Amino acid sequence: MGQPPQDTRDDTPEIRRATEDDLAAVVRLDARVTGQAKPDYWADIFERFGTRRQDKRFFLLADSGGKLAGLIAGEVRGWEFGSEPCGWVFAVSVDPERREQHIGEALFREICARFRAAGVSKVRNMVRRDDRLLMSFFRSEGMVAGPYIQLELDLDDAP
Amino acid sequence: MQKSSRLAILALIELAANPDRSISTAEIGEKYRVSAHHLAKVLLTLGRAGLVQSIRGVGGGYSFTGNARRVTLHDIISLFEETEVKCRLADPSEANPEEWALFDVAKEINDIANATYGSITLATMLMQIEKRKRAQERRAEVAAK
Repeated sequence: MGQPPQDTRDDTPEIRRATEDDLAAVVRLDARVTGQAKPDYWADIFERFGTRRQDKRFFLLADSGGKLAGLIAGEVRGWEFGSEPCGWVFAVSVDPERREQHIGEALFREICARFRAAGVSKVRNMVRRDDRLLMSFFRSEGMVAGPYIQLELDLDDAP
Repeated sequence: MQKSSRLAILALIELAANPDRSISTAEIGEKYRVSAHHLAKVLLTLGRAGLVQSIRGVGGGYSFTGNARRVTLHDIISLFEETEVKCRLADPSEANPEEWALFDVAKEINDIANATYGSITLATMLMQIEKRKRAQERRAEVAAK
């Protein structure tokens, strides 16, 4: 129940598609947030979501005067056990120094607008239930539990 | 969810929605059909947790002192009740596989409930309430046409 300082800087970033030139900054931001540098992973994400099927795949960045403030990635998909096509967000990250400035909100709203333009009416994702920061973020954007439950099996215990 | 937790959440929603004024226990109690006595006990606990402060005198009552964007439903509920599933046996080693299997199911449900309560802040609740109010108004407008 701590009370973080509220940052009131008016430095609204531009939301745009990622380009290959952004990859190094993306890897750096992700490494700062997760503690792991994953250049191959992000190169693969860019190749799949930044260059192909651009009408249904979105790899967006919050560009603050040439500096990366955040990113979001997702696609229109529809394969889970008869699910109708929906927008699926699988990555969102904001520079820790730029949090509480509505950057995640701007990124999420932009990708939702692009999903809507692509013809879907739902957006979904999957979040670790103990990741309260991310869960709270998506909740604050109006997301609620959907009709699917994620199940898993430890293969060492498989029947 | 126990009655005190539910009441605490409703009271905090009421206070957080009106940050510029203090609200009496009578006013909140009337809105949610609960006794001012029970509400006063709940608000005492919330005061000790630093979430509300009481203002004495004419026009007095309670005001919200927390951060609505940070305080989650789980934070509130855990002030009033146990939020973890625990083995009820004095000696857990006495539990048999049937009891552990049932415990696992209860824990799975409880973990999901805790994740849900832990991810919903008072600010999110206020936003959902506004959304419901707007939907209600739209329905009323359609019905009136």
